[in-house]
Amino acid sequence: MTIRHALLALLSEGPRYGLQLRQEFEARTGEVWPLNVGQVYTTLQRLERDGLVESDGGDDDGPQKGFKITDEGRAELAAWLRTPPDLSSPPRDELVIKVLVAVELPGVDVHEVVQTHRRYLVQLMQEWTRLKEYAADRDLGFGLAVDAELFRLDAVVRWLDAADGRIKRASLEDRDLPRAPLPKTPRKVVLRP
Amino acid sequence: MTVLELRGVSKVYGEGSAQVHALREVSLSVGEGQLVAVMGPSGSGKSTLLTIAGTLEEPTSGDVLIAGEPVSGMGRDDRARIRRRCLGYVFQDFNLLAGLTVAENVSLPLELDGMPARSAVQCGLRALDELGLRGRAGSFPDELSGGERQRVAIARAVVGDRRLLLADEPSGALDSANGEAVMRLIRAACRRGVAGVVVTHDAQLASWADRVVFLRDGRIVDQTVPASGPESLLTPNP
Repeated sequence: MTIRHALLALLSEGPRYGLQLRQEFEARTGEVWPLNVGQVYTTLQRLERDGLVESDGGDDDGPQKGFKITDEGRAELAAWLRTPPDLSSPPRDELVIKVLVAVELPGVDVHEVVQTHRRYLVQLMQEWTRLKEYAADRDLGFGLAVDAELFRLDAVVRWLDAADGRIKRASLEDRDLPRAPLPKTPRKVVLRP
Repeated sequence: MTVLELRGVSKVYGEGSAQVHALREVSLSVGEGQLVAVMGPSGSGKSTLLTIAGTLEEPTSGDVLIAGEPVSGMGRDDRARIRRRCLGYVFQDFNLLAGLTVAENVSLPLELDGMPARSAVQCGLRALDELGLRGRAGSFPDELSGGERQRVAIARAVVGDRRLLLADEPSGALDSANGEAVMRLIRAACRRGVAGVVVTHDAQLASWADRVVFLRDGRIVDQTVPASGPESLLTPNP
């Protein structure tokens, strides 16, 4: 989420002071994404420059300066909410690269490499689930943010499980099949930066 | 105190060249109030581990102890008594008896153990109360949603003084909200002192456990170390 649109969203509920915006942002995201004061003020200045918010005109840039959203700001927020984020290109995934490298390296037990990452991920999930167990019912925003993190980590674990199975099957086929010369296939994997 | 202990448990099915080693030298101990998840792919031995822990099958070698008592020395009747009195099972497909009401399903294990019907029903209603299902006591299983059926199955599994809850993919047939509700109930049972073992291939479900052990080709190959504490996630990165 961009801070720009988060601030617009908070201001769409009514005028706020800078400091108030920071506190509410952190409260709404369940403090999962801490924000520093500098980020808040720089972003507010840009929003004001672009005509999306108005300040109450005080010369002082301190925490007592008030802000409100403009009609252009509301239109920008509505458009942003409905614009799908760019998920079309795969992210450069360090874990995928590690597993691809491990498969090729002689003397490396790729299953052990996979398991090391799986254990780490499940441990992280245990910590998030513990947070959810104690706090998610009390705070909708926090519950949603924790769910998102759990589903993201879960997807990575599922990929590791699938990779583990695929590598195992491939090694069994390798062992069982007579060694006929295989057609040379391109093995380069292109991962966009 | 340790409620379930497996010591060097192996299980071999078949003979000669058709032998399948379902479990190899598995050792696992689960204490009072502890929830352990056993994670592994299909065929890794998860379900075999659960049926052996539940005294439904005997290991080829190794020992199973329930509340400190070795199961291997027991006769059939004693094993059945342990199952009725100490163990509760939760299955993916609920396994409730269609012809009995919710209250009768939940109190059935107690009645089978010789408790008079009236006391058994009282115990059953208490278990239903704890899981927020008292209002469903008179319903039949086919009148309930999947999530409610699994909650009834959990009530049945923890009714009376059960010490050990064994669950096989308990949220496998449920959507994520109902799956979460089921895991919250299992956690609640553990907080009251029940020892729990959940076998699953689902990391989200396993993450409710205090400890996750990983099974592969019948062996425990790894386990999570107890977490440093969830607060660490909220500290901004340096």
